[in-house]
Amino acid sequence: MNWSALIVFTVFFIFVTVLGFYAARWRRGDLSLLDEWGLGGRRFGTLITWFLLGGDLYTAYTFIAVPALMYGSGAMGFYAVPYTILIYPFIFVVMPRLWSVSKKHGYVTASDFVRGRFNSSSMALAVAITGILATMPYIALQLVGMQAVISAMGFGHSGLSGELPLIIAFVILAIYTYSSGLRAPASIAIVKDLMIYITIIVAMIVIPIKLGGFSHMFDAAKAALATKNPPGSLILGSNSFFAYGSLALGSALALFLYPHSLTGVLSSSQRNTIRKNAAILPAYSLVLGFITLLGAMALAAGIKVQNGNDAIPELFLKMLPDWFSGFAFAAIAIGALVPAAIMSIASANLFSRNIYKEYINPQCTPEQESKIAKLISLIVKVGALVFILFFPKTYAINLQLLGGIWILQTFPAIIVGLYTNWFNKWALVIGWFVGMATGTWMAFSQHMASTYPLHLFGAIIPGYAAIYAVILNFIVTVVLTFIFRALGLANGKDQTTESDYRTAS
Amino acid sequence: MMKAKKRFSYWYLLLIIPFIATLWPGIYAFDKPRLFGFPFFYWYQLIWVILTAVITAIVYIKVKDVD
Repeated sequence: MNWSALIVFTVFFIFVTVLGFYAARWRRGDLSLLDEWGLGGRRFGTLITWFLLGGDLYTAYTFIAVPALMYGSGAMGFYAVPYTILIYPFIFVVMPRLWSVSKKHGYVTASDFVRGRFNSSSMALAVAITGILATMPYIALQLVGMQAVISAMGFGHSGLSGELPLIIAFVILAIYTYSSGLRAPASIAIVKDLMIYITIIVAMIVIPIKLGGFSHMFDAAKAALATKNPPGSLILGSNSFFAYGSLALGSALALFLYPHSLTGVLSSSQRNTIRKNAAILPAYSLVLGFITLLGAMALAAGIKVQNGNDAIPELFLKMLPDWFSGFAFAAIAIGALVPAAIMSIASANLFSRNIYKEYINPQCTPEQESKIAKLISLIVKVGALVFILFFPKTYAINLQLLGGIWILQTFPAIIVGLYTNWFNKWALVIGWFVGMATGTWMAFSQHMASTYPLHLFGAIIPGYAAIYAVILNFIVTVVLTFIFRALGLANGKDQTTESDYRTAS
Repeated sequence: MMKAKKRFSYWYLLLIIPFIATLWPGIYAFDKPRLFGFPFFYWYQLIWVILTAVITAIVYIKVKDVD
């Protein structure tokens, strides 16, 4: 047991927990309404939105898995950087429209929007189910990140000693989300980010110095990658260019389709908040770039681990003082709580609004709706915990990979839908289904790899399966819309008008 | 409140640049020249984080959003 790391870890963890419980008092609203509990009353300004979105995107799993990818295969892992570069120009243009139309019509979820835009309960249901399915394994993966740091402090990976801290942390998380709603992760996100920034700045200064400078560090990483089986490379090889680009693009387009990212967007107080954030959020991308490089540092430092997820905790323990490692581990563990809370709130919003109210109890009162959301957020978290404790971790990892492929299949309905209601609603549903099926099949056929070697005109092009699937989805949707129109099938009535997408408040 | 249809602002086209600059690694997957010990592949992409933020900020300032 590493006591100094553990003590520092515990102190910070308790501090943040107390903060979470106090969050309910902050900008108090009527928490029995879904808008208040699940979107913080749509009152978050630029700064809080910044932390909230950052808390969403840079999770414990990111902290552990992205450098693990670099540690395992080298340059390929760096796709996280162009991925996070491209998110912001994209949301700068697209998301203000979603914010405006949602504000105008009181939409809480993307599924609400799709129903209003296309008058299609089937597509709305498809969006809700896809969102929930894609988010659940993501929550479970936060636990994987947390487990990596807990075990590094000497608790071991399995057995009661390894599982108990995880259970305690998650019970705390569940209680404060239940009582404070979105306000809890928003307030914790600030502390978490400060801790992560401190960790990364220190790591980026101290570790490379100990490794003899960046130049030497990269060369040592290069040598270490060459000895791997299969060998990795420090500079991307030409056969991976398309895979790299399509992974970056596909992930960037998918990110803001996840319910939890949309929650961050919709909870902001003004349309302009989102535009402003798009210009200042890239500060996070820089941090993510540095986090990724920790993988190269682990290689250069000669860290040898069976599971890549242990590489970064081991690197910290080896290169930094124990108490500081404890601080860094607390940052990572808290980094698991924030997104897990937001994700569970977002999927709870989806369930209560678009499944419960729609199909189970249409007459429910706003209080009942909010109550169900709280309950669901609890169930979702317990489900994630059970999943991690009783199933092999690879299940959660594979499901998260599939989730990324699935969520992109809602792109035509949600994002293109922000610009046009031209699509026929049934064409959208069928296109979505084809995309889901194809993407899933591609992933399975490659034994759960995210890239699929497409055979096209005699060439083999490995690329991100989500991109291939969504292209097919698009083609099907467009062709079917033409056919349905030719058959004289009318579109549903659009609840929105073009000016709804432009209003500032 | 009824306004004439707003014209598309050409400033938005600037936002395409980051996509062109980063999506095809063929233009930056090299080791040399190095900067502060970072291979070109790495520092090029990290610099584009900053450049993209600058570009987005320019568009933010130049395009008047709805008021």
